[in-house]
Amino acid sequence: MSAENSLKTGCRITVNGNELDFAGPPHSNALDFLRNQGLVGSKEGCAEGECGACAILVARSDADGSRWTSVNACLVPAAALDGQEVVTAEGLGSVDQLHPVQQEMADRGGSQCGYCTPGFICSMAAEYYRPERAEQHRGGHPADHECGPNGFDLHSLSGNLCRCTGYRPIRDAAYALGDPAADDPLAARQAQGAPAPVATDLLAADTPTGQLGRFRRPASLGEALQILADEPETTVVAGSTDWGVDVNIKGARARSVLAIDRLEELRQLRWEKDFLEIGASLTLSEIERQLAGDVPLLGQLFGQFASRLIRNSATMGGNLGTGSPIGDTPPALLALNAQLVLTSVQGPRVVELSEYFTGYRQTVRDAGELITAIRVPLPLATHTSFQKISKRRFDDISSVAVGYALNVVDGVITSARIGLGGVAATPLRAVATEAMLEGKPWTLETIRAAATVMASEGTPMDDHRASAKYRKAMLASSLERFYAQQLAVPAPNKEVQP
Amino acid sequence: MSQLSQRPEAAIVGQRHRHESAAAHVTGTALYTDDLAHRLAGVLHAYPVQSTVAHAKILGLDTAPALGIPGVIQVITAADIPGVNDQGAKHDEPLLPVDEVMFYGQPVAWVLGEDLEAAKAGAKAVSVDYEPLESLITVQDAIKANSFHGIQPVIQKGDWDAGFEQAAHVFEGDFDFAGQEHFYLETQNSLALVDESGQILIHCSTQHPTETQDIVSHVLGVPAHEISVQVLRMGGGFGGKEMQPHGYAAVAALGAKLTGRPVRVRLDRTLDITMTGKRHGFYATWKIGFDEQGRILALDAQLTADGGWSLDLSEPVLTRAMCHIDNSYWIPNVRVSGRVAKCHKTSQTAFRGFGGPQGMLVMEDILGRVAPQLGIEARELRRLNFYTEGQDTPYYQPVRHPERIDAAWQQVLDSADVAAREAEIAEFNKNNPYSKRALAITPVKFGISFNLTAFNQGGALVLVYKDGSVLVNHGGTEMGQGLHTKMLQVAATSLGVPLSSVRIAPTRTDKVPNTSATAASSGSDLNGGAVKDACEQIQARLSQVAAGKFGVPAADIRFAHGKITALGKTEELEWNDVVRDAYMQRIQLSAAGYYRTEGLHWDLSRMTGSPFKYFSYGVAASEVEVSSFDGSYVLRRVDIVHDVGDSLSPMIDLGQIEGGFVQGTGWLTLEDLRWDTSDGPGRGRVATQAASTYKIPSFSEMPEVFNVALLDKAHEEGVVYGSKAVGEPPLMLAFSVREALRQAVAAFGPEGSSVQLASPATPEAVFWAIDSVRG
Repeated sequence: MSAENSLKTGCRITVNGNELDFAGPPHSNALDFLRNQGLVGSKEGCAEGECGACAILVARSDADGSRWTSVNACLVPAAALDGQEVVTAEGLGSVDQLHPVQQEMADRGGSQCGYCTPGFICSMAAEYYRPERAEQHRGGHPADHECGPNGFDLHSLSGNLCRCTGYRPIRDAAYALGDPAADDPLAARQAQGAPAPVATDLLAADTPTGQLGRFRRPASLGEALQILADEPETTVVAGSTDWGVDVNIKGARARSVLAIDRLEELRQLRWEKDFLEIGASLTLSEIERQLAGDVPLLGQLFGQFASRLIRNSATMGGNLGTGSPIGDTPPALLALNAQLVLTSVQGPRVVELSEYFTGYRQTVRDAGELITAIRVPLPLATHTSFQKISKRRFDDISSVAVGYALNVVDGVITSARIGLGGVAATPLRAVATEAMLEGKPWTLETIRAAATVMASEGTPMDDHRASAKYRKAMLASSLERFYAQQLAVPAPNKEVQP
Repeated sequence: MSQLSQRPEAAIVGQRHRHESAAAHVTGTALYTDDLAHRLAGVLHAYPVQSTVAHAKILGLDTAPALGIPGVIQVITAADIPGVNDQGAKHDEPLLPVDEVMFYGQPVAWVLGEDLEAAKAGAKAVSVDYEPLESLITVQDAIKANSFHGIQPVIQKGDWDAGFEQAAHVFEGDFDFAGQEHFYLETQNSLALVDESGQILIHCSTQHPTETQDIVSHVLGVPAHEISVQVLRMGGGFGGKEMQPHGYAAVAALGAKLTGRPVRVRLDRTLDITMTGKRHGFYATWKIGFDEQGRILALDAQLTADGGWSLDLSEPVLTRAMCHIDNSYWIPNVRVSGRVAKCHKTSQTAFRGFGGPQGMLVMEDILGRVAPQLGIEARELRRLNFYTEGQDTPYYQPVRHPERIDAAWQQVLDSADVAAREAEIAEFNKNNPYSKRALAITPVKFGISFNLTAFNQGGALVLVYKDGSVLVNHGGTEMGQGLHTKMLQVAATSLGVPLSSVRIAPTRTDKVPNTSATAASSGSDLNGGAVKDACEQIQARLSQVAAGKFGVPAADIRFAHGKITALGKTEELEWNDVVRDAYMQRIQLSAAGYYRTEGLHWDLSRMTGSPFKYFSYGVAASEVEVSSFDGSYVLRRVDIVHDVGDSLSPMIDLGQIEGGFVQGTGWLTLEDLRWDTSDGPGRGRVATQAASTYKIPSFSEMPEVFNVALLDKAHEEGVVYGSKAVGEPPLMLAFSVREALRQAVAAFGPEGSSVQLASPATPEAVFWAIDSVRG
């Protein structure tokens, strides 16, 4: 189909069972759309995906089936929800008939000022309906301070901030939840499968104050690449967790937006003989579920990457596409020796991630190229670790991030790959430290000797997250922490077979 | 007075009830100020032109380019203000600057647009010509430049010089600690409408509707009766909406007056952080003397509050800080002087605790630092110095019920199993080179009442309708603290009706006038007293009606659970029937209630008197584990015993204690407010101006185990139904976390290490403290 023939003047979004129309510029976000429709339960607390007051539920399908997925409405372009189903706190229950999640929150004092509450309700509902939770619940999952006896994963609320309660009653409400009833309509809806993505080509009507703008969600990778070839200035969005912030906070606008997050070609995860290939448009949550700990280094990363709300939207391709020096996946992927598949209408090429970043938010990717996949060479290293230094354990941005992947054979370090974030204008490898470690015995003495070299990697600077001096100290201390972790957990990574 | 605190049997106060808006909160149907804008047509959106320098002369302001942008309706500048150009209480805070900007981010003009996009584009188009002037950003800058404003009070008692001479140990030090951003989830919001007679209604997220009304009235140059302010509810306040909303309300009202259309002023997060005041950071210098046993003999301290560009509430914040430097400790000889630094940043303001936390932090920091040098465990040093019966504060107020500090302390030691856990901790520390644990226990004594005596009054208007249903209006505002829930319980208890018969009306200045801010933890005390007074007036009239029916004296009539009975009679009357009879007999079914706190006096010039009705007490024990790799830590367990008197509403009180504690922990450990102090073009800009850079506690900061108990046998005589205030005091229980971090850091060093810890004690600060004790 040619784009011109398919130009639409509106999107149709199902919200709480009602079909609503949206027509607006590409930067209009789902939160403003809902509020303009009178659905004012979703709130703006920060407009950058940090507080979760705007969280909503979107029906999404992936390799594991369908699920109610919580996302930050402030970051999602409204047009990206064309043909999709959304549920807000208003749609879950009513004052006279509270949803079980709402009932627990109300009865246990989970709301004080109530402003963050609708967002908490949506995040909590997503976890309530998470299919794996019910299994863990029945299996008698051991409870700890981050997981309830009902299988409720507290990380599902990591992207929701509350300034009033101190969180204890919210945790109690979460851990008291049972399983959805047999006739629960949202559970039934989840079982039926989410609506398939629809191709969208929306040209916003000109308004007295608004600019004309076009939002396109092509049906295939081929179409996407063609659009990019024809209009290299097009803004590409995958999860929109970065562009959404630019729109809301920095006033970024775009004449043309290309959404690639639902392209099937970019949403595959495959184990090959020599490498693992991760589709660039898989969300971090999807990768987390599909890998299920099979790449331990990434397993450690996911729990520390922003919040569940962000991981439900953010893609690995997007995190690399922004070229940010403080993205959390690059240090891990550099340690894993990853490669990127960059594809244009001319076809794919493979580049080493270590050669991908060229400057502050600059990369070797051409304007006509998309990151289509990330490749992790196999076999995996025997000793790996991901360390993130930040002020807050949940939902924070790294001041320093370090990924380690060492092969230790018969007590000797045969290879070392170390990825660093937050210490230079780009993510980078700690090449000097790697060289210092390779061929040396895996001992505390080796580690301590290498620490001084590690401290001189990169060119850290002072900012509001950390001082340059602290960043250097963190580089130095991370090696010994890595060593100590490995001693505490002596079992090497399990062999992963394709 | 004692009648005020007497609680009837089977009272509805004291029962556990959920927040009166809980069902609306969880279903997203509870409305906040900005939600109302979506119900109106033709709303104009306001956006500020913000200063891009910290301190400058305004040479020119050109608004014409903005007016050329489609959708821009009006640009408001100082020249448009018909009344007094002032948004503060001290006449030093112009709503819009005339010739000088005083901080980076200060609004210089406001643009009204058909939508936010147009207003923002308009704001960008306004050009301002500045001539930069010298700017002072830090307290140290201000001290060096001798830049202060407002009063410089001194508290003096005894002979401190003699005290130091007698002292076996004298220590001196200083402490520079940070303020805190309120980060209420709902930012500042105002929505103004003009009615057919020119009267202005302002929906406003304000803790102080009367003052909002006063300030809008003088900005517009109209009498107060032309302005009504309504507060449905706030999405958090924490003191940040006591003074700060007034200017934004005035802009909305002025815009509505100029255009005839509704005007919405909603600050986004970055506007809110860059324009509104915060908790004051302080710089303190001190000298303290102890006797041989570790008893404090003398203290000489100077507190300098980081006030920002205008006074706002800095003076009362300073005096409360000075009045709380003693925390729970007896200091026989003392001098505390205070001053407010004037510098070029946001005007710092009220924040939960209102200076109390800052004053107390100085003392807790001193004790934590010097305990190892005295060779006394910090826990013992604290206990040794507790107030005892008959002692008074540095400002000569007798400390009533000091035994409650001991009682709460002992209860925490027992319930938290402190002795056994300290042994476990010692064992853990012996075996872990990279991680250390520590447990610290700290007390809180916090004075309740506004230091300014006049504010200690409250009003209410209770309406009983012919069908027996009850509508309660009172002067307090609901910001999530559960005040409305408590007031419903007070009204139902006073009238003897079920909770379901009583409803709360939104707070409005045209229902209850001349109210005090809902602040100083006083909301329940003041408004509860007023609601009860109104209910009792109505009840007295209904007693007469019922007495006539029963044929007994009115004094023998009893009200409970919607039934009316008489002593010695078996039959009972329905509340609704008696109300209807009263109406038919032309008996007034509404009443205005009033309450003033008795027995307060305060001499600001001498800093002496009894400014507080009573003190609230609490004790917390916190255990942390610190990693030497990066200074990060987890809060393993917290045990709290807190004194709320006889609780009006236990679940609400528990929520205040837990929430206050975590907020205090955020201030002391995580929340890192930074300004650009460089000489570059961004000098004076708030560097942490978004949720991505200013971090408040999340789920990962809540204590893994969190036990909170209310102190038993805590009836407070002379306060509504024997209760006590709860809003602010629990915030200061968080000192226990900071002291636990200090002790865990010390465990990395040689035995008896004294640790200096920056505030906030971020992982980086803790890391450097470890680095320093390791030597």
